Amino acid sequence: MQAVAFWILAVAAAGSGAAVFAVDSMARATFALLASFLCVGVELLLLDLRYLGVLVVLMMIMEMLVMAVFMIMYMMNPGGLMPMTMVHNHRWAIGISAAVFAALAAGILLIPWPKRQGTVPRDPAFSLGQAIMGPKMLVMMVVGIAILATMIASVVLATGRGRYDRSPGREDGAK
Amino acid sequence: MSLDAFLLLAAALFSVGLYGALSQQSIVMLMMGLELMINALLVAGGAFWFYVAPGTADGQVLVLVAVTVMALEMAMGFAVVTALLRARDVDTTDDAGDLKG
Repeated sequence: MQAVAFWILAVAAAGSGAAVFAVDSMARATFALLASFLCVGVELLLLDLRYLGVLVVLMMIMEMLVMAVFMIMYMMNPGGLMPMTMVHNHRWAIGISAAVFAALAAGILLIPWPKRQGTVPRDPAFSLGQAIMGPKMLVMMVVGIAILATMIASVVLATGRGRYDRSPGREDGAK
Repeated sequence: MSLDAFLLLAAALFSVGLYGALSQQSIVMLMMGLELMINALLVAGGAFWFYVAPGTADGQVLVLVAVTVMALEMAMGFAVVTALLRARDVDTTDDAGDLKG
């Protein structure tokens, strides 16, 4: 049962990931990406990672909705009314990614992976919480500072009212 | 289900994302490729935790960091796109090649 669910979700995740670059509209591409993330979230649930799986599902729904807004704001052809391909270096890109997949797959199948150490805890979320509030506290602190730095940097970059947003001598804001 | 199967899924997602990151001209589509690659990391991290070392929480911490990186990457990416569009009216990678070596 779990194996069947795994393979269905795996095919769906990879398929909708490929659809991101095949569909004609940016909005559709965003929702294809969302589908891929949701499949991965459920795959994490199959691995007993209940907290992280639900976290991925909830976070990605919000993230992709924000992304859809940006897509429709910035990009041409958001509705997908005409065919759209915007690619460069197409043949090389396909060749390189196929070669990378072949190399990774060969490594995955040939490497003798280590035997399992330890058992799955009864509540993986509890052990994660203990880890990030204990021995892995540094990771949590770095992540926190990175989030703060990103908030500041993204606002500084994206705001239109800065020191350099108008030409010299123009106080009215015109470029 | 096995470690190999999960890692193959991760490899497939990573390769599809790599194709997108290499081939797309629109900066936002390029970022979608990067997100797919990090998505593959989530699968691989979770699978390694479950099949190799479930006794410690290291794999889970890695997944947590990857999820955070994904969100931060998207926020910074959109900020850069916004700044580029404001300053130069540019939204494709070909027009933003200033750092090309």
